[in-house]
Amino acid sequence: MKQSVKVRAKDYKSEVKPIWCPGCGHFSVLNAITKAFAGLGIAKDDTVLVSGIGCSSRLPAYVDSYGFHGVHGRGLAIAQGLKVARPDLTVIALGGDGDGFSIGGNHFLHACRRNVNMTYIAMDNEVYGMTKGQASPTTPADWDHSKLTPHGPGVRPFKPAALALAAGAPWIARGYSGNPNQMAGLIAAAIEHPGFSFLHVLSQCITFCPEQTDWKSIVSERSEPALSDADVAASLFHHEDGFQTGLLYAAPRNSWPGPQAQVQSADISEGFRL
Amino acid sequence: MTQQQLSIAITGAGGAGVISVGELLLQTWAAGGGRGLLRKAFGPQIRGGESAALLKLTDTEHYTPADRYDLFLAFDWTNFNRFGDEITLCPGALVICGEEGELPPPVRAVDPDVHYLPLADLAVDTHEEGRVNMIALGLLGRLLGLASADLQSLARNKLAAKPQAYQDAAAACIEAGSQLSLPCQLAAPPLGEPGAWYLSGNQAAGLGALEAGVRFVAAYPITPASDVLEWMAGGLEKLGGQLVQAEDELAAINMTLGAAFGGVPSFTATSGPGLALMTESIGLAVASETPVTILDVMRGGPSTGIPTKSEQSDLNIALNGLHGDAPHLVLAPLDIADCVYTSAWAVHLAQGLQTAAIVLSDQFIGQSTAVVTEPVRCPRPEFPAQDSGNDYLRYRLTESGVSTLAAPGDADQRFTADGLEHNERGTPSARDDDHQKQLAKRAGKLNNHPFGDAWARIDGTGELALLCFGSAWAAVTEAATILADAGLSTRTVALRLVAPLQHERLAAALAGCRRVVVVEQNHGAQLFHYLRGQMEFAVPVASYSRAGPVPLNGRAIADYMTAEGR
Repeated sequence: MKQSVKVRAKDYKSEVKPIWCPGCGHFSVLNAITKAFAGLGIAKDDTVLVSGIGCSSRLPAYVDSYGFHGVHGRGLAIAQGLKVARPDLTVIALGGDGDGFSIGGNHFLHACRRNVNMTYIAMDNEVYGMTKGQASPTTPADWDHSKLTPHGPGVRPFKPAALALAAGAPWIARGYSGNPNQMAGLIAAAIEHPGFSFLHVLSQCITFCPEQTDWKSIVSERSEPALSDADVAASLFHHEDGFQTGLLYAAPRNSWPGPQAQVQSADISEGFRL
Repeated sequence: MTQQQLSIAITGAGGAGVISVGELLLQTWAAGGGRGLLRKAFGPQIRGGESAALLKLTDTEHYTPADRYDLFLAFDWTNFNRFGDEITLCPGALVICGEEGELPPPVRAVDPDVHYLPLADLAVDTHEEGRVNMIALGLLGRLLGLASADLQSLARNKLAAKPQAYQDAAAACIEAGSQLSLPCQLAAPPLGEPGAWYLSGNQAAGLGALEAGVRFVAAYPITPASDVLEWMAGGLEKLGGQLVQAEDELAAINMTLGAAFGGVPSFTATSGPGLALMTESIGLAVASETPVTILDVMRGGPSTGIPTKSEQSDLNIALNGLHGDAPHLVLAPLDIADCVYTSAWAVHLAQGLQTAAIVLSDQFIGQSTAVVTEPVRCPRPEFPAQDSGNDYLRYRLTESGVSTLAAPGDADQRFTADGLEHNERGTPSARDDDHQKQLAKRAGKLNNHPFGDAWARIDGTGELALLCFGSAWAAVTEAATILADAGLSTRTVALRLVAPLQHERLAAALAGCRRVVVVEQNHGAQLFHYLRGQMEFAVPVASYSRAGPVPLNGRAIADYMTAEGR
């Protein structure tokens, strides 16, 4: 079980040095995670970070907890299996926009719907960084910086918060790598939420999307309390610019699995004896 | 000595209750000590297609599908025609049909003893809710000398959740069927010891996995593996385990990996298309040394293939489907009862050796049900104890190749499991030295393990060897019996552990042979080519491979051996 242990944020960092570029937003997410852990006094031995593949998915190795760096797009599935089998653990899945919304898109929808008591942090920089800058499902349609799509992807970008809401996520927030203190608070709240919590982080990639340095002038902090009416939230997520940060929607419902059957120690082979 | 047997085929429309007739008949027969197999054959439709209950009553527990039927009961002729090439009748076979009309040519050709009985009319006349299948059950029961009262009580049991009228109708129809008189005799094989078990290979595989400690299953439905998962759902609930229905096979295997990483023995079941989707993550299990067991109930392939019928054609993908050098375990149960043993062994080995185990069952043993003496259980094997030292290194290079596997919650053994190549600590590494050592570690832990005598079942000492894997064992054994009756002595070697191949043991098992014939149910001779690639044979090796869906046939194998002068 979780126990309060006095540990400083930097004590949650492992000895492995990040491979990220200088200026990468993911450093900020790493700092926010360790800060949230310190704030909650989370026990390192009882915490697992699970990821897929991509720049952001390297994060578990940089935290001194248990971790699982899986294959591309499947981090959410690993994390749900782990949490269902070991409900005593604090489980956090994380990864990038390509990992979570493209190759892993189906798992994202079903994780929102299944509502296992865990947290998913999507570190969205609107680009495949590890493969050197291709368009992702959240890239603007006219972004023409990739040789793979020289005229831009030409496809409407996903709206992750709207997708999460439609799929049934009961807790949706947005953070920004330029505001790590706010993000740390959101991560702590996400962990404490008794169900599936989805934190969408705008995490800039200055290497392949230098224009994202402009985000700091676009991002706003939402001052209103979190919405709890799905219809109102749907309207917000449909019409907003995607740069409002804070806890956007919270409508807790029973997490899965529900009450467990008592162990009966029954003879499971009984039915086969004639 | 050749098996004494009586084979009965029953065909009808899907949903007409043909399978229920087979199950009730076999269970009542078994309650008296009888032995037998019920194979179920379906068309692709869910309802309104065709289904066949293919019964073989025997005096031993060597269960091959019947190659000829002594008694054939057709509710109608339309549905028989769809199974025409799978149901061959004995000369002079007893044929009972519920529909008048011209006999299909293959039936007419055996000069059968045909009896037309208006089964459907009789059902309606007997009871308002009367069904033709229960009339047939009563009639077949009488022909086998089973008490109508026993059949009725079992049928009432099965219908316990249904309205009383249904139970009464079933009982009345069974009684009416048992009163029908036919001027014919059936020679049923002698009864054995009562107190046997009755189960399918899919249930047996699920049982073995749960008995070996599996407490987490991730499931995505697929024919013919869904009933493994359905049975396990109930078993896990009793044991306090968890089952998650996943959104696809990609999720199923990764959920299995996640739970296994949490220290809970984990399992999933699928068929060929699902196994293909899972292969990337099975590679992750190998690289991250996370123990998982995957049951593949093989069906006709490639692609969607023939989902409802059996084939041993996933051997190649099970052996070679993972990218990179990814040594893992491939096992194959030899028959229905052996599914308990092999499935449990696979779970134990996966756990002990911290890798992926793929178990190759198939539709024939998976979905057939049989009467078997209580299945032999797999004892938990011994694995070398690991000293993790003062400094915990998840992927420590040890003599056995196995290193200590911590689980979250264990104090001060934190690590990140990784599909990236890594050093002993688990830190990602692209260095040559780490890659060579970790590759050798993962291969070595399998090669160093003493798998014991369960790697294969070996019978006979003849100079002619029949070599096979998994469910082909039954047909091979039947062929050996037929050849022995003809004065030709053979030995049979059935691999239960296909990978890692036990080269020295196999060479020893074949010592003194003059010839080897590799028998398998697929088109491409997959086992034959695997074995030829893995080892040198001192004697000529030939291949007998026949794709499904028609089951491997012992007589055809025996004919092949003698005709070719082998």
